[in-house]
Amino acid sequence: MLILMKVKLAMLAGALAAPIVATAFAPTPPQDQDGARRLPSASFSYRAAGDFSRNGRPVEGPLRELRLPTDLVIMKRQVTVAEYGRCVDEGACPRIAIPASPQDAPVVGVSWHDASAYAVWLSRKTGVTYRLPTDAEWTFAAAEKARDEAMPLVDPSDPAQAWIARYETESARARPVATAAQPGGTFGTNSNGLDDLGGNVWEWTNSCFVRVSLDGGQERTTNTNCGVRVVQGAHRSYMTDFIRDPRSGGCAAGVPPANLGFRLVMEPSPPVVTAVTRSVAKLLRRA
Amino acid sequence: MLTRRTALMGAAVAALMMAAPAVAGPADDLKLPRQKVELVAPPFVHAHEQATKAGPKIVEFKLTIREKEVVIDDAGTKFHAMTFDGSMPGPMMVLHEGDYMELTLVNPASNSMPHNIDLHSATGALGGGALTHVNPGEQVVLRWKATRPGVFVYHCAPEGMIPWHVVSGMHGTVMVLPRDGLKDAEGKALRYDKIFYIGENDLYVPKDANGKYKTYETIGESYADTTEVMRKLIPTHVVFNGRVGSLTGKNAMTAKVGETVMLVHSQANRDTRPHLIGGHGDYVWEAGKFNNPPQKDLETWFVRGGSAGAALYTFREPGIYAYVNHNLIEAVELGASAHIKVEGKWNEDLMKQVTPPGPVPPDKIGAADPVAVTR
Repeated sequence: MLILMKVKLAMLAGALAAPIVATAFAPTPPQDQDGARRLPSASFSYRAAGDFSRNGRPVEGPLRELRLPTDLVIMKRQVTVAEYGRCVDEGACPRIAIPASPQDAPVVGVSWHDASAYAVWLSRKTGVTYRLPTDAEWTFAAAEKARDEAMPLVDPSDPAQAWIARYETESARARPVATAAQPGGTFGTNSNGLDDLGGNVWEWTNSCFVRVSLDGGQERTTNTNCGVRVVQGAHRSYMTDFIRDPRSGGCAAGVPPANLGFRLVMEPSPPVVTAVTRSVAKLLRRA
Repeated sequence: MLTRRTALMGAAVAALMMAAPAVAGPADDLKLPRQKVELVAPPFVHAHEQATKAGPKIVEFKLTIREKEVVIDDAGTKFHAMTFDGSMPGPMMVLHEGDYMELTLVNPASNSMPHNIDLHSATGALGGGALTHVNPGEQVVLRWKATRPGVFVYHCAPEGMIPWHVVSGMHGTVMVLPRDGLKDAEGKALRYDKIFYIGENDLYVPKDANGKYKTYETIGESYADTTEVMRKLIPTHVVFNGRVGSLTGKNAMTAKVGETVMLVHSQANRDTRPHLIGGHGDYVWEAGKFNNPPQKDLETWFVRGGSAGAALYTFREPGIYAYVNHNLIEAVELGASAHIKVEGKWNEDLMKQVTPPGPVPPDKIGAADPVAVTR
């Protein structure tokens, strides 16, 4: 909990620092052309993440046509062992057990907190606000690599049928031959020019787990648990934020993601910052 | 009229006549019918009668020892295994009390080490271990009489290297059934529709200075490092049937609601505590010996290292069951988990979700701050 608060504070601090740096050293050096891609805003279909129900029965999350408010600038590759290592060396990221992967392989075994700490550090280093994508942003960026996997719905009067069907769906999924993180590019490039989406590394998003009631045609969030975040990859999953190594077993009979890693998006004009700048400007005017 | 029984008897006689000329080599001092059994790899068990009206016989089995490299987890960790018939554990061999087992133990020339077999079900000569030493390129035939009904461990026991051979995979199970079948404490017959055989392996894989599992060119090269890990008594893997996930996903065991399943759990080296999540042990022979009445309605049962236990359970609800070593650290972190997929109709009397997960009512302790319940 304390870690979470610290991260949040640091993120806010980073966000506040950004415009000052940007003003001082304007213009911000553009992103390394190989390091990020700018995806023009366009409409895409998105299945809302979370648990949805109507009149006490589980239903699929609603499928919507979405359009991000601005272009999305997102890293071409997942953050690598070498990149994360620099953050660790500067004391800004938790030191984690890194398996003997090549330096250019994606860093795996990172929790949501680790990934968030990296975003804060990178924002501070570059003067640009980086953060984890939302689930919707990830889905937009992943394009054809995003899977809208309809899982059988649980019938409360005979829940076992859906459990068995889900188990069979999960068991039938093609699993990557190698479970160790592979060098960037191993799992191909998508139509947006982004690498390794849906490979053997799942990516943390900033989206929290929600439970939503659709009773009476109204969408009502009955619970938001930000201790559990959406992770995205070959299939969507939900993961407690401090988990670094996903695994199942015991009561959890499902098939877990193979590895947890991340890539970041760049805030074009962070709404928080804009709002703060505007209020500061207002205050100044009054003074 | 040809009844089913006479047909079966006819088939049995035919089988005996067929088998008779195949007996060569050792003099047949016992004038008993013979039966040859083809073994199958766990979790399955070769076809067998649960109770028999026939008289004692000689049951012939052949185990071929295979030294081979296997993968023991999803990270692809390689491990030099030693096995009976290529599987970890070795296949289950079933016979009845009063039968004789005639076991041919083959050590192919392609192997690198001498091996033998100690059968806990057998009497004398270190369980047969003293009479079965075979070098690569040799075979031996051992006959022993099944005098005690139960499930029993067998394992390799070569001088000086016993634990290493056992924790490298050389262990399996013999089941000696009472001639008239299994019974509860009151003497009522118990039967199973299906049998699954789970062998639990505690594995000790050396790591390098970076914490990465080491691999070795040959099994001999792995010996010294592996022994070092073994002596600390903390396994790196605790798995069922040779690897993490060997009995999950596409390899999950299956059953139907109403079916009675026999689960035999064998551990040649280390204590374990099987538990069926969401189910029970209706009748459990915790120590695995059928002359003792089975315990009823167990939640978890204790299988001592160096023994096998047996549990009967009739499934009452469909779903995905997890069968685990209920040291849950070993189940989840080290691998000792299996799944059983059970099909059938849900019984709402046994369980029902009365109210699905939803907000705690606002006036109750634990209710969420309304502000926090927004996206």
